[in-house]
Parts: sequence; structure tokens; C-alpha cells
Amino acid sequence: MKTGGGAPETVRPFRIEIDNVTTTAAPIATQLPADWRVFFALTKPKVMRLVVFTALCGLLAAPGAIHPVIGFTAILCIALAAGGAGALNQWWEADIDAKMKRTARRPLPLGKLRREDARDFGMLLSGTSIVIMGLAVNWLSATVLAFSIFFYVVIYTMWLKPNTPQNIVIGGAAGAFPPLIGWIAVTNEITAMPLLLFAIIFMWTPPHFWALALWVKIDYAEAGIPMMPVARGETTTRRQILVYSALLLPLSVLPWWIGGTGAAYGLSAIALSGLFLALSVPVGLRTSVEGDTMRPEKRLFAYSILYLFALFGALVIDRVVFA
Amino acid sequence: MTPDEKEEFDRRRRQRNIVVGLILAGFVVLFYMITIVQMSD
Repeated sequence: MKTGGGAPETVRPFRIEIDNVTTTAAPIATQLPADWRVFFALTKPKVMRLVVFTALCGLLAAPGAIHPVIGFTAILCIALAAGGAGALNQWWEADIDAKMKRTARRPLPLGKLRREDARDFGMLLSGTSIVIMGLAVNWLSATVLAFSIFFYVVIYTMWLKPNTPQNIVIGGAAGAFPPLIGWIAVTNEITAMPLLLFAIIFMWTPPHFWALALWVKIDYAEAGIPMMPVARGETTTRRQILVYSALLLPLSVLPWWIGGTGAAYGLSAIALSGLFLALSVPVGLRTSVEGDTMRPEKRLFAYSILYLFALFGALVIDRVVFA
Repeated sequence: MTPDEKEEFDRRRRQRNIVVGLILAGFVVLFYMITIVQMSD
């Protein structure tokens, strides 16, 4: 386990002398229990919104029916798992988060709770979500849910992120699991359509994240994270944003092409992915200068979030309204 | 522990207990509903 960086202020040990015995202990006066909002913040609520939305879209777009109570339970479990994985991510990266402006205000760098409490909270949420998913929904979705947590925490956070500039490409798969799990919750089988939804988010993640990484690259460099702009340089990152955006266009249309959706989704995918590619072109072909405001990159990042909401929204509308 | 710290300690513990209680109550209701749904299948 990593140490340092996220040492909580509230439990910082100090020396106490009692009857000539010197000990190192956390002072009782400063052992305040963490506020419940701190635990809530550990679950990365903003990220969870997108996770819940894409999972719900996978669940609604899947063929077949699911009882609303079981459907709600499936989404709750996916949200709990995402929260648990987020807490475990922050437990592991507390020292890195403390070095980056974007993450320095998170609960652990601020010393609002003990690091091991974040770990235990993350384990509790993760374990609870898997067990309830298995018992209430089905064990296939519970198994994929468990694998997604393992993938995000161990393969991405602990292994890939600090070791390779391809961290986002492979690790991005972790964020692609929610619609797949939502779909399996209904069908109890893995078919081409949910795998395509998985592939769309997988392909969307690099340009989405690298657009952000381009303007916070100094933070990543200082934290020692080999994010693409830091490790391979800005030009390579920009070219790769363009390549992934170009691949995303045909991939997003594929569900329509194979007959898994109707024209409402297909035409929306062409328009949305076309605009994504159009916004990627200036990012992919330009070079930033000293004091650059990075407007095209910020615009692409903002649109990429809207894109995913709109694309999956179109999928649900296509399946629910036009089916 | 000063009186102010004790008061803050009690306040946070009380709030956490309320939140944990509400979550547990939510799970009780959810498990009840899941059981009813599964029994009716």
C-alpha cells in the first residue's frame, strides 16, 4: 500500500507523556468522525451521474422486460459499485491527488478522513453491490460488475495509470461497463449489441480524456503520471484524438448497421459523431502556444460529455418510442 | 476534549447515525420488495 500524501490532519499522531511513558497516538480531541458528506464525496458523484445514465440506457434499450423493482436494484448496484470503485481509487491515489490542482480538494488530500476509512468504505460498497446484484438480478451481471470494479481499481488505477501512457485507452474500458451490465441485467446473456455499446464508450474515452489532459498536463507531469501529453508529447496526443474520433463515427453507427436499432438512433449517431469529429479536427491539427487558452480542447471536452448523454438518449428513444 | 469539540463530535456522530439508519431502512424496504417480486415470479 502507498503511504504519505493523504495523511489526514484530524488524526495526525503526536507525542503524549503519561506517567513518564511516551507514546505516539492520535489525540482523542482531534479524532472527529468524518462528516457523512465526506463519504458521499468519495463516491465521485459527478462521474456516477454518467455511469447511472449509461447503465439505465443499456437497461432500457435491452430487449425483453425487467420488473421495475429489479431494474431499480440493478441501477442501484451499478451506482454503488461505481461509488465503491471511486472510493478505492481515491484511497490508492491520495498522494497523487494531493499534487494536482484538479484533485487536491478531494476529501483525502484535505485530510477530512482517514485513508483506511476510505478503503473500507470502498470495499463495503463494492462487496454490497456485487452480492445484491447476484441475489436480486442475476449472477452474470454480478460477475461482470465485480470484474468492472477489479478492472478499474487494480488494472487501471494500480497498474496501468502509473506505468503506461496507454492507461486511458485500456483503462477506459472500466467506464464502458455500465451499459453492458444494464443490458445483461435484463437479458442475462452477452450479445453483439451490448458489446457495441461497450465499444462505443471505449472508443469515446481517449479523445474525451486527452482533451482534458492537454490543458492539465502540467498537473500530471508534476504528479508523475505518464498521461499521453506528458509521456508522448502534445502532437502525438492530438493526432490520436483525431484517430479515435474518426473511428468513433462508424462504430457509433454500427448498432444501426447490424439492425440492432432503428433509423432514429442511426441518424442521431451520424449527426452527433460527425460533430464530434468536426470538433476534433481543430484539436488534432493545431499546436498550442505560450499562454494558450486551449479553447478547442475545452470545447471538445465539454461536447464529449454532451455527446455521450445525447447518443445514449437517442438509443433509448429509438428503442422505447420508435420500436 | 473541549466542550466545543465534544459538541462537534456528538453532532457528527448523530448525523452519521441518522444517515446510516436511513440507508438501512431503505435496504429493508428494497429487500422486502425484491422478495415479493421474486416470490410472485
